[in-house]
Amino acid sequence: MSPPHRVNPQPLSLSPRQPKDPTTTKMARINFSVLTILSVILLLPVLSLSFSPDSPSDRRLLVLFDDLSLKSSHSIFFNSLKSRGFDLDFKLADDPKLALQRYGQYLYDGLILFSPSIERFGGALDLAAVLDFVDSGHDLIIAADSSASDLIKSVATECGVDFDEDPSALVIDHRSYAVVGTEGDHTLIAADDFIESDVLLGENKIELKVRVLNVYGFWIKQAPVLYKGIAHSLNAANNLVLKVLSASPAAYSANPSSKLSSPPSLTGSSISLVSVVQARNNARIMITGSLDLFSNRFFRSSIQKAGSPKKYDKSGNEQFVAELSKWVFHERGHLKAVNLRHNKAGETDEPAMYRIKDDLDFSVEIYEWSGKSWEPYVANDVQVQFYMMSPYVLKTLSNDKKGLYHTSFKVPDVYGVFQFKVEYNRLGYTSLLLSKQIPVRPFKHNEYERFITAAFPYYGASFTMMAGFFIFSFVYLYHK
Amino acid sequence: MAVTKTEPINGSTTKSSAPPLPSMPLKSDLLSILSLKSLRLKTKQQELLIRVSILCLVYVLAFITRLFSVLRYESMIHEFDPYFNYRTTLFLTQKGFYEFWNWFDSESWYPLGRIIGGTLYPGLMVTAAMMYWGLRFLRFAVHIREVCVLTAPFFASNTTLVAYFFGKEIWDTGAGLVAAVLIAICPGYISRSVAGSYDNEGVAIFALLLTFYLFVKAVNTGSLAWGLASAFGYFYMVSAWGGYVFIINLIPLYVLALLITGRYSMRLYVAYNCMYVLGMLLAMQIRFVGFQHVQSGEHMAAMGVFFLMQVFYFLDWVKHLLNDKKLFEAFLRITVTCAVGVGSIALGVGTASGYISPWSGRFYSLLDPTYAKDHIPIIASVSEHQPTAWSSFMFDFHILLFLFPAGLYFCFKRLSDATIFIVMYGLTSMYFAGVMVRLILVATPAVCLISAIAVSATIKNLTMLLRTKSKVSQTGSTKGTGGGKTSSKAMLDQSQPFQRNGAIALLFGAFYLLSRYAIHCTWVTSEAYSSPSIVLAARGAHGNRVIFDDYREAYYWLRQNTPPDAKVMSWWDYGYQITAMGNRTVIVDNNTWNNTHIATVGRAMSSYEDEAYEIMRSLDVDYVLVVFGGVTGYSSDDINKFLWMVRIGGGVFPVIKEPDYLVNGEYRVDKGAAPKMLNCLMIWNSDLVTSYPHQNHNDLRTYKSIWMYKLSYYRFGELMTEYGKPPGYDRARGVEIGNKDIKLEHLEEAFTTSNWIVRIYKVKPPNNRW
Repeated sequence: MSPPHRVNPQPLSLSPRQPKDPTTTKMARINFSVLTILSVILLLPVLSLSFSPDSPSDRRLLVLFDDLSLKSSHSIFFNSLKSRGFDLDFKLADDPKLALQRYGQYLYDGLILFSPSIERFGGALDLAAVLDFVDSGHDLIIAADSSASDLIKSVATECGVDFDEDPSALVIDHRSYAVVGTEGDHTLIAADDFIESDVLLGENKIELKVRVLNVYGFWIKQAPVLYKGIAHSLNAANNLVLKVLSASPAAYSANPSSKLSSPPSLTGSSISLVSVVQARNNARIMITGSLDLFSNRFFRSSIQKAGSPKKYDKSGNEQFVAELSKWVFHERGHLKAVNLRHNKAGETDEPAMYRIKDDLDFSVEIYEWSGKSWEPYVANDVQVQFYMMSPYVLKTLSNDKKGLYHTSFKVPDVYGVFQFKVEYNRLGYTSLLLSKQIPVRPFKHNEYERFITAAFPYYGASFTMMAGFFIFSFVYLYHK
Repeated sequence: MAVTKTEPINGSTTKSSAPPLPSMPLKSDLLSILSLKSLRLKTKQQELLIRVSILCLVYVLAFITRLFSVLRYESMIHEFDPYFNYRTTLFLTQKGFYEFWNWFDSESWYPLGRIIGGTLYPGLMVTAAMMYWGLRFLRFAVHIREVCVLTAPFFASNTTLVAYFFGKEIWDTGAGLVAAVLIAICPGYISRSVAGSYDNEGVAIFALLLTFYLFVKAVNTGSLAWGLASAFGYFYMVSAWGGYVFIINLIPLYVLALLITGRYSMRLYVAYNCMYVLGMLLAMQIRFVGFQHVQSGEHMAAMGVFFLMQVFYFLDWVKHLLNDKKLFEAFLRITVTCAVGVGSIALGVGTASGYISPWSGRFYSLLDPTYAKDHIPIIASVSEHQPTAWSSFMFDFHILLFLFPAGLYFCFKRLSDATIFIVMYGLTSMYFAGVMVRLILVATPAVCLISAIAVSATIKNLTMLLRTKSKVSQTGSTKGTGGGKTSSKAMLDQSQPFQRNGAIALLFGAFYLLSRYAIHCTWVTSEAYSSPSIVLAARGAHGNRVIFDDYREAYYWLRQNTPPDAKVMSWWDYGYQITAMGNRTVIVDNNTWNNTHIATVGRAMSSYEDEAYEIMRSLDVDYVLVVFGGVTGYSSDDINKFLWMVRIGGGVFPVIKEPDYLVNGEYRVDKGAAPKMLNCLMIWNSDLVTSYPHQNHNDLRTYKSIWMYKLSYYRFGELMTEYGKPPGYDRARGVEIGNKDIKLEHLEEAFTTSNWIVRIYKVKPPNNRW
């Protein structure tokens, strides 16, 4: 917006001490405003491309590689992103011109770190810049492998995920490895312990609708995912991070080429293969220890899990990665709550304060982003709290299938500063935390009932007393 | 008046001053003076002129001596509570009385709120608003703040008039005049009534003295009208200050004393019954007081005495009917037993059923000075609730302290209903003044009146000695006049010239003392009691005056830079100021009605940052405000108040234990201290302990703090406070701080005032990724 100022310095020097010809001033003003409007119009397409709350899907992604060969070896994944309308920018991780933002504006809406071995980013990018990027609401995919650098590991650590300390360790599973030929590499894992969430992993596609009973007796929804890489665990202190794909109970993390001398530090299903984080500002992060997960080779490969007779022509990787990336880039599971309204029963305006025992109506609208437009979100478990240090009223909202959630209740017989609170946290969905403050006052002096039946004896007493006093004074004064 | 006139004990009748004049209304006299054609006045008129002009001068003096604070600083509201009073007055003038009466304030005690209309004494606000509206009506375009600032001095002036009439009622006009002068400049009263000290007490002392005066007048005259007037005076007092409980207990006590000493009279009966019944009914109209007069233990004495009076009257009547003495005695025995029995049963049943509430903690702490320290730390933590030091008696009363016993002596010499009252008032209020510093204020009028009696009687006697010298023969009259002189008088009578010289010397001595008193009072007023405490002044290195206006700087910052619904957490001392000046919601404030809420804040302040953060999140706190005097050497800061936060917090949450912050019961810290201390941020080792008024001086030998410490000393280690001292040298406590590298995790510094006195921190939202 600054260029117009420089182009036309006239309006800036307007001051009462320098009398100016009114026409020039006017001209200058017009000039100025035209320029402003022009520049806004020019900027509009640029602005509309970027992430906005109205259309929350990401548009511009930055992909960082260790070497550019990954661009072709992982092309299916990138092409699927492109076909979904993303604008991908491929760069080497040590590119000296690397920058996430310019003039305080972020240039990208999402970052894909396919550069596990980078020790130091090029340009202005560093650990803090990546974290700031996430903390300002942008999304991140991190893929590591056995060459993972300290930098990548520390990015992951900041997101609540700890990669195995041992640099040579890989995830090994002697039971659920993928059979290749007759034997198999026990570090190539056929993982199928998915998280039970349609929001994260999507509804099943037709070709995978055949449900298979896996060895543990769970119905699995899709073909196992091929995984070859390092293990990570979730930081127990972080309650935002989720295991999307965990290793089987028989897995452990160790150096496959050397003999196991001591018990491995990470074992069984505490090992996470793919994890996601939904930050408090709804930035979404996906972390995995396998870069090959996204590779064309794994996408195309057929898969047979050891000990299972079922052989799939195609591994589940492509579908898994595509669905998860839809979630990460806000094409699914993104909610918004708008128009939080409340009013006294029978009125339409929002009052500044309620009185105790008032009846009130409360409504809020919740929509879900479908990737293209906002659709009404329909659920029967949205609740509102009328809250002051603890909830005094907790009511489930009823909805009209068009996104409008509504309820009505009576204000409790307690005064204070209350809040309408909608706290909606569901797996995979944007967490909705809305609160609106509203004071509740006690009765005013003239709002109590004027005459109450219980007090009739007292009214009677006072009136007889008055009458008696009058008669007594009369008798006393005039009766001798 | 009738009583005093009928029983003159000493020779005051010889003087022309007192007896004839009071019967005439003062105003008509004034008019007659003005309408005088000739300038030559009769002696009586001269005396009246002098008296009126003295009173006028005293009236003006009382007002202007309280203006030091306005001259030194500016026309501003002082201290803490006055800010609340100012805010409510502003609300009253803007929104009208009914809105004020029903005001539910959502800006304080978040999230509980406070029903302001029902939890304050509205007398002060209504008084100021009336004056404001009155001035507006007269087309004086004053601001309400000016009215509030000058309310206390104005009422102090009125108090001098009441003191004059009270003194006249008890003793004579001379004593009244002296009382007016003494009370006009007495530091004990000035401390609460300087311009800007817009507090309940400013009006209440006037109301208190007026009620007492009117009651004594009612007792002396037995007039229903004076009784009614005193009931209204009592109503005004109830509306203005919680100290009305003193009146409602002192007057029954006085009545009881009169009953016991056999001074029961119809006058007393009329005065007390009228005052009690009407006063009680009127007091019930104040929402904050409500039905306490019939339901609370503190008011039961008055009710008991009321019933006792009826029994007395009944007995009198029966005695009048029965001529048989023996029969009456039997009847008396039965009646008294019955009455006492019924009374105690009623009290017992009332207390047991919960209808009559037991005495409140504040009342207990008045009777037993150690009670608050053990049971109610929140009362004990307030500096003005501390037991009074001897020095402050001397500071506030000066020579009155010595004149007080002398005055008592004179009162006992000429015992009447009125003098009994002033003696009882003086003695009880002196006891309470010893219990709590702030109650020196209540004792001040009594001390001034009793001292005035001493001064007036002494000077009168001495001057009379001088006069009688010319009439040598009248030795008898001198004997009568020398009320102050005791056994040695007979000897003095023989040696006339010596006596005269002695009298002159004593007179000069008295004048010297009185002038010292005037000098002392002026000095105290100007040096000690005129500081607004919200603006601090200090002497610079070159003797120049340095002003620290940090409080207002911080509050205006809050007002202008924070969202309107931001919640500010601070220790309760600053609550009223933040709401009044910062216009922001506070968690706790000076109206300490909810101990748990204050304890929660105390707990937050004395916890580690993580725990404190949880508490702050649960209270929706956006900003934290701490007061820190390390840079300026200001000792009333939060670090010095910290142990009270621990105590008050620990009183409700046993997690907070005072010994965790101390070692071996002493505030002494070693390296191998309690486990909680090993984790702490810093260890104090201070031998200079500043005298923060909220606590005993040796309370804080050495101690450490957790979160409060962090907030106070954040980035302090980078600062060079004093030449020749290392950076991070705390001038308030005279030590170099232990931890100069403080990291805050959940808070960030938002604002620090220019002298670092107020520091404001913003509470960060929870970590985005955790």
